[in-house]
Amino acid sequence: MTDSIRISGLSKVFSAPDGREVAAVKDIDLEFGSGRLVTLLGPSGCGKTTLLRMIAGFEEPTTGDIMFGARRMNEVPPNKRDTAMVFQSYAVFPHLDVFENVAFGLRLRSLPAAELDARVGHVLELTGLSGYAKRSPNQLSGGQQQRVALARCIVMEPKVLLFDEPLSNLDAKLREQMRVEIRELQQRLGITSIYVTHDQIEAMSISDDIVVMNAGAVEQVGTPHDIYARPASRFVADFIGKANFVEGTWQADGTVDVGGRALRVAQPGGAAGSAVSIVIRPEAIHISREAGDFAGTIRRTMFLGNIAEYLIAVEGQGDWLVDGPNPAEAGLLQPGDSVRLTPSPAAMHVLPK
Amino acid sequence: MSSTASGARAQLRLLARDPVLLVLLVAIAVSIALFVVYPLARVLIASFSVEGEWSLSGYGEIATRRLYRNALINSLGVAALVGVVGSVLGYIAAFVLTRLDVPGKRLLHYITILPIVSPPFVSAVSIVFLFGFNGLVTRQMLGLSDFSIYGFHGVVLSQVFTFAPIAYLSLRGVLASLSPTLEDAAFNIGATRWQTFWKVTLPLSLPGLASAFLVVFIESMADFGNPLVLAGAAFPMLAPQAYLEITGSFNLSRGATLAVVLLLPSMTAFAIQRYYLAKRQYITVTGKPTASTSKIVSPTVKWLLYGIVVTFALLVVAFYAVILVGAFTRVWGFNYTPTLAHFVYVFDVGLDSVIDTLIVAIVSTPVSGLLGMLVAFLVVRRTFPGRTALEFGSILSFAVPGTVVGIGYILAFNAPPLVLTGTLAILVLCFVFRYMPVGIQSGIAVLRQIDPSIEEAAQNLGASGLTTFRKVTLPLIAPAFFSGLVYAFVRAMTAISAAIFLVSANWNLMTVQILNQVGSGRLGVAAAFSVVVIVIVLVAIGIISFLVGRWSRHTSSVRFT
Repeated sequence: MTDSIRISGLSKVFSAPDGREVAAVKDIDLEFGSGRLVTLLGPSGCGKTTLLRMIAGFEEPTTGDIMFGARRMNEVPPNKRDTAMVFQSYAVFPHLDVFENVAFGLRLRSLPAAELDARVGHVLELTGLSGYAKRSPNQLSGGQQQRVALARCIVMEPKVLLFDEPLSNLDAKLREQMRVEIRELQQRLGITSIYVTHDQIEAMSISDDIVVMNAGAVEQVGTPHDIYARPASRFVADFIGKANFVEGTWQADGTVDVGGRALRVAQPGGAAGSAVSIVIRPEAIHISREAGDFAGTIRRTMFLGNIAEYLIAVEGQGDWLVDGPNPAEAGLLQPGDSVRLTPSPAAMHVLPK
Repeated sequence: MSSTASGARAQLRLLARDPVLLVLLVAIAVSIALFVVYPLARVLIASFSVEGEWSLSGYGEIATRRLYRNALINSLGVAALVGVVGSVLGYIAAFVLTRLDVPGKRLLHYITILPIVSPPFVSAVSIVFLFGFNGLVTRQMLGLSDFSIYGFHGVVLSQVFTFAPIAYLSLRGVLASLSPTLEDAAFNIGATRWQTFWKVTLPLSLPGLASAFLVVFIESMADFGNPLVLAGAAFPMLAPQAYLEITGSFNLSRGATLAVVLLLPSMTAFAIQRYYLAKRQYITVTGKPTASTSKIVSPTVKWLLYGIVVTFALLVVAFYAVILVGAFTRVWGFNYTPTLAHFVYVFDVGLDSVIDTLIVAIVSTPVSGLLGMLVAFLVVRRTFPGRTALEFGSILSFAVPGTVVGIGYILAFNAPPLVLTGTLAILVLCFVFRYMPVGIQSGIAVLRQIDPSIEEAAQNLGASGLTTFRKVTLPLIAPAFFSGLVYAFVRAMTAISAAIFLVSANWNLMTVQILNQVGSGRLGVAAAFSVVVIVIVLVAIGIISFLVGRWSRHTSSVRFT
């Protein structure tokens, strides 16, 4: 098991060339549990890469502390941090063959030749590169190059593995395959890992925990399920998956009043009369021709194969996005059709305003 | 203000985590201050002092005395004309050899750049052989007895041959980076050939052309060898005049003043070239270069342009042939019996200078090459206070005429605290800091195209800054390293303008020997020396290419062309 990582009060302020100061990371406290894989997720420019680079030592924090276990790392240069990073651009050494790429870090530690060969060989096998040891990087595909980058990190048996959008240069199929491989390897080796991505599907599928970031600050920390089902803010709800937002007010009986209708929700009620937004996911709305809480008219039909996605003008509510049941069985609704909609109480999430 | 000060402190703190690199950086900065900036400052100070007093009278004399005024006017006039002719010739050669479908392009390319690697007197001595008082063409073939090649036309002719190849090389890069599809596009929408050339090709290559002009202008202003051989007493020029003031009249202050006058136009041209034109270069190729030949010249024009290039190449070949023949000829103009006497002289009387030159070149080349790459690495990959100043200081000497550097070095290092005159060190230091800029420039250019995360990955895996430089950066910039080494060696073998002030009885150079032999009329010996220099340079390029290639043998992406 490797170290946990704690950061506290961490900020990074960059000076722009015109003299303005830009805060890329604002006063963040986080703990990355030992052996877990935590994703930093957010739109581009949210500070996730800056945070990762501070942990690696490539950027110096303006304020705050970075702790690996009990050791304060702020002043430790990147080459002494015992982190290993997989870069977005792979950053494989073009002048060295695959074996020498993987052996690079071990050679710096002047390991005995036999041990070095054994460790490199083992890691090449783990990453499925055994047959490629003597290849030059420019003879490898993107996916293979990324495996070299990963092998080069794992062979060091680092305290922390860092991933900076490692799959964003790969095509969609390969991306899915690689994220399964990365996750399996990480769990097998039990290395504390921090993974930066802007792709929410990637984050959901790979992480123990997700840290959602926006404008240099943390919006929410939680398991993928938590983040999706109980988003802490409108930003999180909107960024992770698709969401409809419905405005309402708490009633004394614990229901939410939406345009005169009382909706039952799973959460305990708030102060009567306070305004709220309800997050309703498209798949949590039941469509029917006959009965339901809300009346609406189909505006647009998008057939996606496994589901049909409808844009529905809901009376008194504006447009909702609703996933219809498998069109092969239920048939496809057409624009102009009148429908009734019932959000599922368990899947609604109330956000205070 | 306080935020920039704290920013500088933070940068230094970051750098201090890599103490070896910090020490190197400080050492480099101090050496550049000491061996580039300080000698220049001494020249400036000396130019304002007459007999120990602050005075402007030195400059007053230059403005009023005809000799100096003419020297300035002559130098400027020659530099402007050579700049125009040289860059036009270079442009034609670059256009023909990159864009047109003509035979023998590779051979023509190598012949065209041959003058770059040869000693500065080759064309001057050839011209004397061909057009001098006993010249093959003027005397023997045409029977002229009152023709003189010395003066304006001789210098211009010789300099065009020496410097047009430099313009050619830089314009070749410019034209190669302009996609021919742009011309195709102009054609496609109905432009004629002339319209396409005037409205597309020429405007796009204009910044590069202007830049080539300024580089040739700077080289011509700084040139010492050609004017010394060919200008003659009736046609004074600045660089040789400054030299004569110091070695002939022992007037250091006047020499310094002339040096400053020589420095000003060069620095101006350098500033324009670097800070104005460099930002206006067009690069329209992003991916693979499209191997399309230009269609904007008609067959007639194509063969006409080709003819110009072939003629130039033939003249280059003729100049070298003349040197080669001259080296084996008893007395040119009178007695054409073949002889080895000149080579016997070179390896007997001149052997010391051959060995000295080799020592100076072999010591200064690796230092200059490595230092250049290190400076490029620091400037591109690290932030520290004074980074732009360091970059500027390190490439400054590119624009400073050698005469100015030579005068600066004797002013700065002839008296305590640092006495270096007469030593090997002063020659090596002079060459290292003078010929570093080319390596730095190409190192910076190559490094800017390499993803910094490759070096970050090395650090991340435990490599210190210096290890990263040694094991990752240097192999990646091997082509720049190679050109830096070759340039440093070639220049060390062929330099004259600064070196002539710094040679001594103990340490003498072949180029200075060539000059002395020309001065005393022994052209055969001068030619033999030139042949030896050229052979050494060609062999050395082969060796450097082999060594760099072997050392970065994994770099299949790196090729030397």
